[in-house]
Amino acid sequence: MKKVSLLQTALAVSVLVLACSPAFCGSLDTFKGEKGVLKISGGTAHIPVMKDAAQQVMAANPGIQITIAGGGSGVGIKQVGEGLVDIGNTGRKPTGDEIARYNLKLFQWAVDGVAPVVNPKNKVKKLTKTQLMDIFAGKIDNWKALGGTDRKINLYTRDEASGTREVFWEKGLDKGAISPSAHVVVSNGAMKTAVAQDPYGIGYVSVGHIDRTVAPVALDGVVPTIETVRKGTYKIARGLFSNTKGEPAGLKKKFLDFLYTPDGMKIIEKHGFIPVR
Amino acid sequence: MKNLREQAAERAFLLSALASCAITAGILVFMVLMGLPLLREGGFLALLLNSWEPYRGAFGVLPMVAGTLAISLLSLLVAFPLSLGCSFLTSGIAPKPLRGPLRRIIELMTGIPTVIYGFVGIFLLVPLIREFFRHGSGMCVLTAALVLGVMISPTMTLFFCDAFDRIPSSYLKAADALGAGRAQKLIHVMLPTAKKGILNGVILALGRAVGDTLIALMLAGNSARVPESVMDPARTLTAHIALVIAADYESPEFRSIFTCGVVLYLSTMVMTFLVRYLARRGEGNI
Repeated sequence: MKKVSLLQTALAVSVLVLACSPAFCGSLDTFKGEKGVLKISGGTAHIPVMKDAAQQVMAANPGIQITIAGGGSGVGIKQVGEGLVDIGNTGRKPTGDEIARYNLKLFQWAVDGVAPVVNPKNKVKKLTKTQLMDIFAGKIDNWKALGGTDRKINLYTRDEASGTREVFWEKGLDKGAISPSAHVVVSNGAMKTAVAQDPYGIGYVSVGHIDRTVAPVALDGVVPTIETVRKGTYKIARGLFSNTKGEPAGLKKKFLDFLYTPDGMKIIEKHGFIPVR
Repeated sequence: MKNLREQAAERAFLLSALASCAITAGILVFMVLMGLPLLREGGFLALLLNSWEPYRGAFGVLPMVAGTLAISLLSLLVAFPLSLGCSFLTSGIAPKPLRGPLRRIIELMTGIPTVIYGFVGIFLLVPLIREFFRHGSGMCVLTAALVLGVMISPTMTLFFCDAFDRIPSSYLKAADALGAGRAQKLIHVMLPTAKKGILNGVILALGRAVGDTLIALMLAGNSARVPESVMDPARTLTAHIALVIAADYESPEFRSIFTCGVVLYLSTMVMTFLVRYLARRGEGNI
């Protein structure tokens, strides 16, 4: 008996969702009649927005299929350049060399910050920039020196292809050294999991990815939030880009345009980024 | 006189054998060629013995070689006693009706995807190790080796079981007749006669440990530094390839992973030849 009722609820909910979603998505009208597959890969900070947008597009237009993969900014550029995907995301501006080599067209649709994060249990939630640099260089290696518990600091950093790492290294660490003893994780999501699991860890994630599982660290008195990034008081910021090879057309163009519509911006805002107007 | 069909089949098999040989050799040639620009600059040995600091232009893979060795050898240390005990139970001590089901379970275990072991490791073992030793993050050589040891032990166990099962029952009966206990029988009769099978199992398990990517990637912490203790994080060659493969094609980082490929390729080749050699030398044994 209970099983049946559960199934019924599920059915009712799905019918409701299917029935309602086209109704409140006026910006999705352009997709009408479109069919085909859209492949997206690259930056891992982009994934929540991409997923949400893709879901809305696909729910309204069953003929469209959108796949989303991670890999990091390096992968995004490589795969879009080689024609393996339609849209390659980057959490940094592609270099002039990359743009020229692959004839990339850039679409910046959001501004994002990169924030140092610690475990919520950690008492240390304020650092100066010099302290941050010393921590990542391995010069400060115990939380006690910063007013925390007497435990070794576990550093977490990202892999070579990460745009988040590049921005953090450039603007947060002033291109200073990152200790080779730092742990390496492969996505913004994995970084969050790692720091959420490790009470003595410190890492960095996209501001949009901060939730209650990790705590942002105030840098020189400025807490990294959407507000401080928007105002420009928090300095470690970057653009979120979606790149295509050559001028986009058809489904590619429509999907990118969707990110600039009010509905698209709502999605971007919902996931903690600042939409570009 | 062979008929036409038989000849055609022979040709087809020859062709497929040649193709697989050519692919194997081709992969090595391809990796050396792709790594050539970097090899020319620094030399293979220099690359092998240098440290990994991309910002300073150092693309050596020594930390990864050390990490691979540390993790895989330690995992053997974990897996060997485990497998020996398991195989002795399934083909020696356990009552006959239990042996079949036990073996089936072990066979099932060889098929579990490594990512499952990784998951269990990251959520159960990592916090345990971190709090038990109160050192580091819990993602370290020891954690990876423990999980890897559990992962490779079913393979090893099956090899050991097969070797034990091939021991002529007359040997065992003779030992029984002389009044040998179970432990005595294991140490003095079963281990020496099954030496070759045990060695094969160990070497193949080592190959699996060296070749596995995901467990080390998830559990060892991936620091590109030679680990100083088992509590330090480390990066294996396979994890290194997985981490760097996303980098720009033209970058020296990307080129360097071909060095890793060559090292991995050669080391597994050496291992395979070692198995063959030992198998031939021990022909008389079981």
